[in-house]
Amino acid sequence: MLDLKRIPLGAAIGLILTALFLFVAVFAPLISPYPMEQIVGDVWQPMSADYLLGTDNLGRDLLSRMIYGARTTIFIAAVATAISFILGSVLGFTAAVVGGWFDMLMSRFVDLLMAIPTLIFGLVVLSVLPTTVFTLIMVMGILDSTRVYRLSRAVAVDINVMDFVEAAKLRGEGTRWIIFREILPNALSPLISELGLRFIYAVLFLSALSFLGLGVQPPQADWGGMVKENKDGIVFGIPAALIPAAAIAALAISVNLVADWILNRTTDLKGGRGNG
Amino acid sequence: MAKAPSRRRSTGEGGTLLDIRNLRIEAKIYPPGETPRKITIVDDVSLTLQRGKVLGLIGESGAGKSTIGLSSMGYGRGGVRITGGEVILNGRDIMKDGINGLRKLRGSEVCYVAQSAAAAFNPAHRLMDQVVEACLEHGTAKRAEAEKRAVALFKKLGLPDPENIGKRFPHQVSGGQLQRVMTAMALCSEPDLIVFDEPTTALDVTTQIDVLAAIKDAISDTGVAALYITHDLAVVAQVADEIMVLRHGKLVEWGDTRQIIKEPRQQYTNALVSVHHIDHREKKPGISTVLAVKNVTAAYGGGLIKVLKNVSVDIFPGQTLAVVGESGSGKSTLARAITGLLPPEQGSIEFAGKPLPRRLSERNKDELRQLQMIYQMADVAMNPRQTVGTIIGRPLEFYFGLRGKERDNRVAELLDKIEMGKGFIDRYPAELSGGQKQRVCIARALAAKPKLIICDEVTSALDPLVANGILKLLLELQAEEAVAYLFITHDLATVKSIADSIAVMYRGEVVRYGPKSQVLTPPFDAYTELLLSSVPEMEIGWLEKAIKTRRMESAGN
Amino acid sequence: MLARSLIGFALMSSPIVKLIAQRIALGIMLLLAVSVLIFVGTQILPGDVAQSILGQSATPQALANLREELGLNDPAYVRYFRWLGGVLTGDLGTALSSRQDIASSLGGRLWNTLFLAFWAAILSIPLAITMGLVAVRYRNGVVDKAISGVALASTSLPEFFIGYLLIYFIAVKLQWLPSVSTVYDGMPFIDRMKAIALPALALTFVVFAHMMRMTRAAILNVMQSAYIETAELKGLRPIEIIRRHAFPNAIAPIINVVMLNLAFLVVGVVVVEVIFVYPGMGQYLVDHVSKRDVPVVQAVGLIFAAVYIGLNIIADIAGIIANPRLRHPK
Repeated sequence: MLDLKRIPLGAAIGLILTALFLFVAVFAPLISPYPMEQIVGDVWQPMSADYLLGTDNLGRDLLSRMIYGARTTIFIAAVATAISFILGSVLGFTAAVVGGWFDMLMSRFVDLLMAIPTLIFGLVVLSVLPTTVFTLIMVMGILDSTRVYRLSRAVAVDINVMDFVEAAKLRGEGTRWIIFREILPNALSPLISELGLRFIYAVLFLSALSFLGLGVQPPQADWGGMVKENKDGIVFGIPAALIPAAAIAALAISVNLVADWILNRTTDLKGGRGNG
Repeated sequence: MAKAPSRRRSTGEGGTLLDIRNLRIEAKIYPPGETPRKITIVDDVSLTLQRGKVLGLIGESGAGKSTIGLSSMGYGRGGVRITGGEVILNGRDIMKDGINGLRKLRGSEVCYVAQSAAAAFNPAHRLMDQVVEACLEHGTAKRAEAEKRAVALFKKLGLPDPENIGKRFPHQVSGGQLQRVMTAMALCSEPDLIVFDEPTTALDVTTQIDVLAAIKDAISDTGVAALYITHDLAVVAQVADEIMVLRHGKLVEWGDTRQIIKEPRQQYTNALVSVHHIDHREKKPGISTVLAVKNVTAAYGGGLIKVLKNVSVDIFPGQTLAVVGESGSGKSTLARAITGLLPPEQGSIEFAGKPLPRRLSERNKDELRQLQMIYQMADVAMNPRQTVGTIIGRPLEFYFGLRGKERDNRVAELLDKIEMGKGFIDRYPAELSGGQKQRVCIARALAAKPKLIICDEVTSALDPLVANGILKLLLELQAEEAVAYLFITHDLATVKSIADSIAVMYRGEVVRYGPKSQVLTPPFDAYTELLLSSVPEMEIGWLEKAIKTRRMESAGN
Repeated sequence: MLARSLIGFALMSSPIVKLIAQRIALGIMLLLAVSVLIFVGTQILPGDVAQSILGQSATPQALANLREELGLNDPAYVRYFRWLGGVLTGDLGTALSSRQDIASSLGGRLWNTLFLAFWAAILSIPLAITMGLVAVRYRNGVVDKAISGVALASTSLPEFFIGYLLIYFIAVKLQWLPSVSTVYDGMPFIDRMKAIALPALALTFVVFAHMMRMTRAAILNVMQSAYIETAELKGLRPIEIIRRHAFPNAIAPIINVVMLNLAFLVVGVVVVEVIFVYPGMGQYLVDHVSKRDVPVVQAVGLIFAAVYIGLNIIADIAGIIANPRLRHPK
C-alpha cells in the first residue's frame, strides 16, 4: 500500500503541482476569467487586478490564454505520449519475446530513426506535412515511440532470460501468459517512470515546435506558441513571454520529480508489495 | 562464551602481532523509502594473532568474517564503521593513527588478497606494475629490487613463465593464476600480516587445491602471519593454526584447528563439522528406466561449439543420478538438452520407455508435467510479483485444472511437505530466506506430481547448514513420492550424500558412470582420480598428502 | 628491429583497427540510410513542392512547367540518386524560395554554427566534468544533492526559457551584452565573442546538467570497482588512486558522455539560434521549413544528421580504443 507519509518532499510538491496543472487543463472554460481569443485591453498591459498576468501582444488576457494553453499543451502531449507508449511497448515486448526476423527488422528500423535527432527529423517531416493538431500528434507519437521501443525491448529481454520465465516455458505456458503474467508485472515500474519522462519530452518538443512556428497554429493558444507571440516584448523589458516559458518548466519539473521518485522506489525486481 | 585456546604451540619468533579487543562494527543502511538505520555487523569480538601464525575465520554469510578481516587494516566497506574496541597491530592502536597512519600501514604492514582477483586487478595496467605498486608507494623497495622479488614470488607460487608473466594484462591470465599473482602482490611488500578473503572460493575444485598449496607454502616460507577467511571448514583446516567460528557477528568458538574439527565444544561448530554426514544407502539399479539418454550430442552456435559429446545415462524410478563436473563440463547443458531447451543434434531421449520429442514446443502437457526442474538461484527462479500461493498453485491449475478451495488445500498440503506451513501462502519471494525460497521451488516442482525432477546446483548458492536441510528434505520427499532426481552439481561431498548412481563429466563427455559404490571405488580413470583427490577433507595434513600423491603419480606416469 | 616492432604493433592492434573500421563503415551505411529516409520523408509524403511554391491560385500549365523544370516527373529513385550524387560532389541544389545556391549560402552559416557550438562546448565540458567530480567526491552529501537537484530541474527547462531569462536580465535589465546576436564578415573577434556570449551560455545550460549527471554516473561506476578497493588497501594516496586507477578506466565513459552531449548541443543550437536571431544553420533550417523549401530542408537535415552520427561514432571509437581487452588481446 502507498504510505502517504513516506512520500519525500520533492515528490509531494511534484504530485501537487502536476494535479494542479491537470485540474486547470480539464476545467479551463470554468476557471478562465476571459475567453481565449477576446481582446480585452491594450497591448502588453502590466499585471493588475483585472488582468492578473497582464495582457499579451494583441491585448488578450494572458492568464486566460495560459489556462487554455495548458489545455492544448497537456492534451497534445498526453495523446502523443499515449500513442508512443502503446506503439513502442507493444512492438518492444513482441520483439523481445518473439525474437527472430521480426526483432531484427524492427530494431534496425528503430536504430535508423534514432540516428537522426528527433527535432531535426520532426522539422524535415513538418516541412511537407500540413500543420494540423492531428499531424503534430502523429509525428510526435511515432518519433518518440522509438525510445519506448528501445526501453521496453531491453527490459523485456532482461526479464525473458530469467529463470522464472524459463520455468514458465518449461511448464508449457503460452506466449500470452508469459508476456502478461510473467514479464509485464516486472516491467511495469520502469515503464511507468519512463511514461513520465516521455510526457515531459513531449511537452518540451511540442513547445519547441510551436515556438519555432511549426507546432500549434494561432489563434489556438499553447504555451510554446505564446512564447513566440510575446517574445518581441522581451527587448522592451516586458516579461510576458517568460510566463508561459516558466509554466512549461514548472510542469516538466513537477512530472520529473514524480517520475524520479517512482524510479527510485522500484529500481529492481525486489518484490510484490511495491515497497521494495 | 568462548575462550582463547588454552594450549598454544610455542612460537618461533614469538610475540603478538595483532590484538583485536572488543571490536564492534556497525553499518548504516538505507532501505528505500525508509529512514536510514544502524545495524550491528560485528559485536564484541576479540582475537589475538601471533607472528607467523595463521588464524582461520569461518562462518556462514553474514557472520561478519570479512568485516573483521578488513578491520585489521582499519578499512570498512561501504557505510561500515568501526564503532568500538581496539585494533592493536605491532603494539599500537591503528585506529588512533588517523587516515594517514592507516594508509602507511595498508600495503606495507598488512596486505589483502581478495576473493575475485579478476575484479581486484585494474584491467588497464600490466600485472607487474600492480604487483610492485605498494612497494614503490611506501618506498620499501626500489623498482628493480621489487620486480626481482616479484619474479621470485611468481616462481614460488608455481606460475608459468615467471620472468614474463608480469608483462601481461589481467585478462590475459586464467582465474587460478590471477589468484596466485594476487598472493604474490600481497607478499611482495613483505608484510607482517596478510588477510586472505575467500581466496579459493571462486575457483574450480581441481584448481583450488593447487592455489591452496601454493598459498600455504608461501606463508610458511616467508613466515608471514595471516587471517584466512572462508566458509569452508575443510579448506581452512589445511592452512590455519587456529580457527575462530563466527555467527551473526558474534564469536561462537575459538580454538586450535585440531580441537575445532575433532572436538568442537559448541553445538553450532559441531553442526558445521558434521554437515555432510547424511547416510544414504545406495539403491540397486531398477529394470525399467524413467529417463534414458542415448548417445546425445548437442552444440551451441549452430553446431559450432560442441558442448555434449555422445552422452548416455539412465535414471531409474525413485532414484538419484548425480552428474558431477567442473565449470564447462557440460553438466548444465545436459539438463537443457533433456528439457528440450537445447534440442540435441544426435541421439535420443526416452521418458518411461517412450521417446521424448526433441523440442520443448513439440512436447505435450503430460510429458512436460512429468519432468520438472529446480534451479540454482531460487531468487530468480520465482516471479517476484507472485505470491507463494500463486507460484505453487499455478502448476495445479495448469496441469490438473484445480481451482479455488481445492487448489488452496493442495497448496497448504505441499507447504506442509516442505516443512513451511500454510502461513506462507500470501508471502512474496522477497520475504523469504534463501532456504525457504528453495523449498518453495521444490514444492512448485512437486505440485506437478512429476516422475523426475532435474536439480541444477540447487544447494550451491546456500550456506552449508541450509544446504544440508534441503538435501535431507529432497531425500525424504523421494522416499514419500518415489520421484527420481537428476542431480547436477560440482560438489562431490553432496554427491556422496544423495546419489544412487553417478556420472562424471569432463569437457562434454561422460568419463565415468555407474552405481555410486562402483564409481567411488578404485581403480579410477585419471580425471575422476584428480577430481576425487581435490575435494578437501576435514583432516589436518590432507593437503600435503593429496599433493604428494599427485606428484608421485605424475612422476610415475 | 624497428620494422619488427612496427609489424608487431600492427598485428597487436589489428582487432582494434578492424573494429574501428567496422564502426566507421556502419556509420557510413547508417548515413546513407538516413539520406534515403530524409528524401522519402520529404518527397513521398503528401504535399507538392510545385504547388507550395506557386500557391493555390497557380494555373495547371504553370504547375506542369515548374514540375518539369524541377525534375519532379522523374521516378522517385532517379530523383534520389540525382540528389545524392549532387550532395557527394558538393552540389546541394538550389533553394526554391530564393533561387540561390544552397551550398554557398550554407558555408558562412555552417561556420557560424560551429563557432557557437565550439565555444559552448569549451564552456560546458570542463564545467560539467568538474562538477561531476565534485558530486562524486562529496557523494550523498549536501553538495551532491544540491547539484543533482539543480541538474534534475535544468533537464526540464526548455531552451527558450533559459534564453529569454538571459536576454531579459543580462541584455535588457543590466544591458551588459546585446540581446540580438548579429555577426557579419570581418567582424572583430572581440565583438564576435560578445555577440555569441549569451547564446553560448544558453547552450551550456542546455547540455551542462545532462553531461554532469552522466559524468557523475560514469565515475561512480568506476570508483565502485573492486580494483579501486585494492588500490585503497595498498595504501595509495587518494590522488594516486584517481590518477593511476580511476582515470584510465573512466576516460572512455567520459569521452562517451562528452560526445553524446555534443550531439545534444548540435540539436539545441536550432532553438537557441532562433532565440538570439543568430545567422546559423538552425535558423536557416527553421526559416525554410516554414517556407516549405524542401531542397534546403533536405540539405540542412542531412548535415545535422551527419554531425550527430559522426559524434556518436567518435564516442564508440573512444570506447573501443580505451578497452585494454581489445588493445591487448589474449
